[in-house]
Amino acid sequence: MMRPKRLGFTILHRAAILAYIAFALFPLFWLLKVSITPNDLLYGEGVRMWPSRSTFDHYVFVLEHSDFPLFFRNSLIVSLSTAFIVTALASIAGYALSRFAFRGKFWIVGLMLLTQMFPLVMLIAPIFKILSPLGLTNSLTGLIIVYVAFNVPFATFLMQSFFDGIPKDLEEAAMIDGATRFKAFRQIILPLTLPGIAATLGFVFTAAWSELLFALMLISGVDASTFPVGLLSFVSKFSVDFGQMMAAGVLALIPACLFFFFIQRYLVQGLTAGAVKG
Amino acid sequence: MASIDIAAIRKAYGSTHVLHGVDLTIKDGEFVVLVGPSGCGKSTLLRMIAGLEDISSGEIRIGGRRVNDLDPKDRDIAMVFQSYALYPHMTVAENMSYSLRLRKTAKDKIATAIAGAGAKLGLGALMERRPKALSGGQRQRVAMGRAIVRAPKAFLFDEPLSNLDARLREQMRGEIKKLHQDLGATSIYVTHDQIEAMTLADRIVAMNAGIVQQVGSPLDLYDRPANLFVAGFMGSPAMNMFAGTYRNSGGAPRVELADGIAVPVGEGIAATDGARVTLGIRPEHVVVTRGGGPGIQAFIDLVEPTGFGTILHASAFGSDVKAFSLERGLATRGDTVSVAFPVDRIHLFDHEHGARIG
Amino acid sequence: MTEAARAPIGRDRRPFMRRFAIAAEPYLYSAPALILIAAVMLVPLVIGISYAFRNVILLDPFSGGFVGLEHFREMAKDKAFWLALRNTVSWTGWSVLLQFVFGLILALLLDQPFKGRGLAQALCFLPWAVPSFLSGLNWAWMFNPVIGPIPHWLYGLGILPAPDNILADPKLAMWGPIVANVWWGIPFFAITLLAALQAIPRDLYEAAAIDGATPFQRFRSITLPFLAPTIAITVMLRTVWIANFADLIVVMTNGGPADRTQIIASYIFTQAFRRLDFGYASAIAMVLLALLLVYSLLIVLLRQTLLKEA
Repeated sequence: MMRPKRLGFTILHRAAILAYIAFALFPLFWLLKVSITPNDLLYGEGVRMWPSRSTFDHYVFVLEHSDFPLFFRNSLIVSLSTAFIVTALASIAGYALSRFAFRGKFWIVGLMLLTQMFPLVMLIAPIFKILSPLGLTNSLTGLIIVYVAFNVPFATFLMQSFFDGIPKDLEEAAMIDGATRFKAFRQIILPLTLPGIAATLGFVFTAAWSELLFALMLISGVDASTFPVGLLSFVSKFSVDFGQMMAAGVLALIPACLFFFFIQRYLVQGLTAGAVKG
Repeated sequence: MASIDIAAIRKAYGSTHVLHGVDLTIKDGEFVVLVGPSGCGKSTLLRMIAGLEDISSGEIRIGGRRVNDLDPKDRDIAMVFQSYALYPHMTVAENMSYSLRLRKTAKDKIATAIAGAGAKLGLGALMERRPKALSGGQRQRVAMGRAIVRAPKAFLFDEPLSNLDARLREQMRGEIKKLHQDLGATSIYVTHDQIEAMTLADRIVAMNAGIVQQVGSPLDLYDRPANLFVAGFMGSPAMNMFAGTYRNSGGAPRVELADGIAVPVGEGIAATDGARVTLGIRPEHVVVTRGGGPGIQAFIDLVEPTGFGTILHASAFGSDVKAFSLERGLATRGDTVSVAFPVDRIHLFDHEHGARIG
Repeated sequence: MTEAARAPIGRDRRPFMRRFAIAAEPYLYSAPALILIAAVMLVPLVIGISYAFRNVILLDPFSGGFVGLEHFREMAKDKAFWLALRNTVSWTGWSVLLQFVFGLILALLLDQPFKGRGLAQALCFLPWAVPSFLSGLNWAWMFNPVIGPIPHWLYGLGILPAPDNILADPKLAMWGPIVANVWWGIPFFAITLLAALQAIPRDLYEAAAIDGATPFQRFRSITLPFLAPTIAITVMLRTVWIANFADLIVVMTNGGPADRTQIIASYIFTQAFRRLDFGYASAIAMVLLALLLVYSLLIVLLRQTLLKEA
């Protein structure tokens, strides 16, 4: 039997947690709700918590009669490619920052920090003008190149903090056993940073999946549109078909949420390792 | 197996000098212990021999071959780390066979080598386990097994027992010594524990602040320490040390301590009359007699029974005199006793530089 | 027997190639990442700075001439620019403050172990997984009286005189993106602060409890001091990041109504994307960059003064 003061505190605590969960989930719930509300009930029953009748018509329309599957595919290609390329580059760069003390380190770290600070919007114009003659505007490849560069600094710091958590003894033991440093990196260290790799993949995937401004700027044709661009053009073209737009929105959520649920555990771990270091 | 020559080794990190010129020759099959306090440079020296640290200047030869520019993997040495450094994602068998697999050794040769090492270290039943399922002592044995399997020119040990509790440390010490007697391998062992040094070494290299203080057999260092550092570092409980003045005028050679107490010392001391000296005597050599009597008057401050013997702390001439006796109940707190320092057990050190003078 | 000293060996001469290989190793590992960053971010940065002083209209093939400080003069007279500057301050200030306060409370709540904590944690952090543009659209729809509940609730609670879309009201429009930003940003603060909270050794709390401290006292004398560095760094970094964050505004209001929700970052985007005036957009971007530099310098100076007093 808990003491009254502790019971009161516990009730307050749980209520607060519930309030946060409600606040976090409500918008997504609403999105879901409208996406399955049939058009005729949409305006009449506006504020109800759940429609009296539900339908999957909107989803069918989005999947079969719109360009969304194309947008989805494009985003998937771009996000997965970016995630894997960034993780590969960030792993070796992060390893270097973790294991070596060298004169250029200060400048490299400083440079990467700098890129995190300035407004990326600034680069929209010059990047457009540079990629245009190369034929990389309106192409997924161009987008991938840009996204990879944007995400590498943060991913490098993330991987660095994961490498910092692995004792240097292990490489040294492997090098004495007869491995070159790179072999030791591949065979001994890398397998031990799988959580870090998963976290980095997840972070970068989510970042690439949500990127809007550069996609808007660089992509003008439907064929190369990623999801954000596609959704926005859908919104402006069909500004009254809310049911369909919400259905598209729910579909856009799925990959990001999936990735997130899987790597959520490692986020706190990874941030603990590097958080206070800034 | 091979000998190791270390010549004029210096090490500096930027402007910080860690080793100031170390010369050492280790004979084939010898067990040499590098001992000293934290920061004295012993681990750095070991890592330079292994190839894990660059050599600022000087030369290291293994088996007569200069290894300054060789990667660790090309030096044919094996190392046992303080943290064992076992590969967490491999089984014991895979850990031990990693080096052989890197060299693309034939599978049957690998199996024989592992079985042999496993038998020597009692690891037979553990071959398929992962490191996290092993106790500290078992992990240490796997680390040693990994080294043995290589049949290297030399074994390097970097404080391998520091992470074990006291009981286990005792046990592993004995096992390491037996292993050395069995394999006869050239070994360099780093520790800050002087007991490990005394029990394991053929020769001890005592280091402090990047300089070798003394090299010799364990008993050499114990019976004739070359300076204050070695005298105070080796032996437990530590040697008593008292500041005094050497006098050889107007009487037999003696050292005058505080409160006018004079202690006779032997002939042939390399000091001038009036020189400041430090007098050292080991607790087990201090003679304690109940009641009054010949010697220095003192009274017992503190008694520490260790079961094996008793450490007595006596207060005399303003200092704490430690005595160690195998007897129990020799004296209790508050007793008046007399303490005597036999002449042939006294060590004298120069006050300024700490060097031995008698 | 003690050893005699040996004759010294000559100076160490290592082959040049080996020394070079050892020194170059870290650079080889970091080269791919660095090359990419330099090519895609640094080169355009320099080019972008040059645009600020040139007339660059995308569709005009005759543009590209040097115009000196013309853009900056235009900026000084541009009312929309000054409005955007003010909006940036209120946007950043409110977003950071609300995200921090609510994020801290959430972190404190999650620091206590309780049944179902893992699930609660995952659910509370979910908003962060939602792509920002979707979060913007979602909230825009919720604020829309046609299909969203919020205007009706606000009207029902008496906060609004009629169930209007606040995004269309010049005075209230800014709150739309701010709310969406807070919803989206609480998890970031919560995760970072939670990680820092969990790094505080439990012994300290136990010792304080034995000494007789109340929960509030424990919070003040143990939690806050330990948290302070993390709070400082996180708030500092997020402020910069949010000041540059234009996605939500572009999606929800496009800067309207009448530029009342335009911030500098979104203004740059509008100039570049819609008017295709790269020169002017770059000029504004330079001003933003300068402001951020000043901000960073202030932080560094603040840190130096604080450290000196400590």
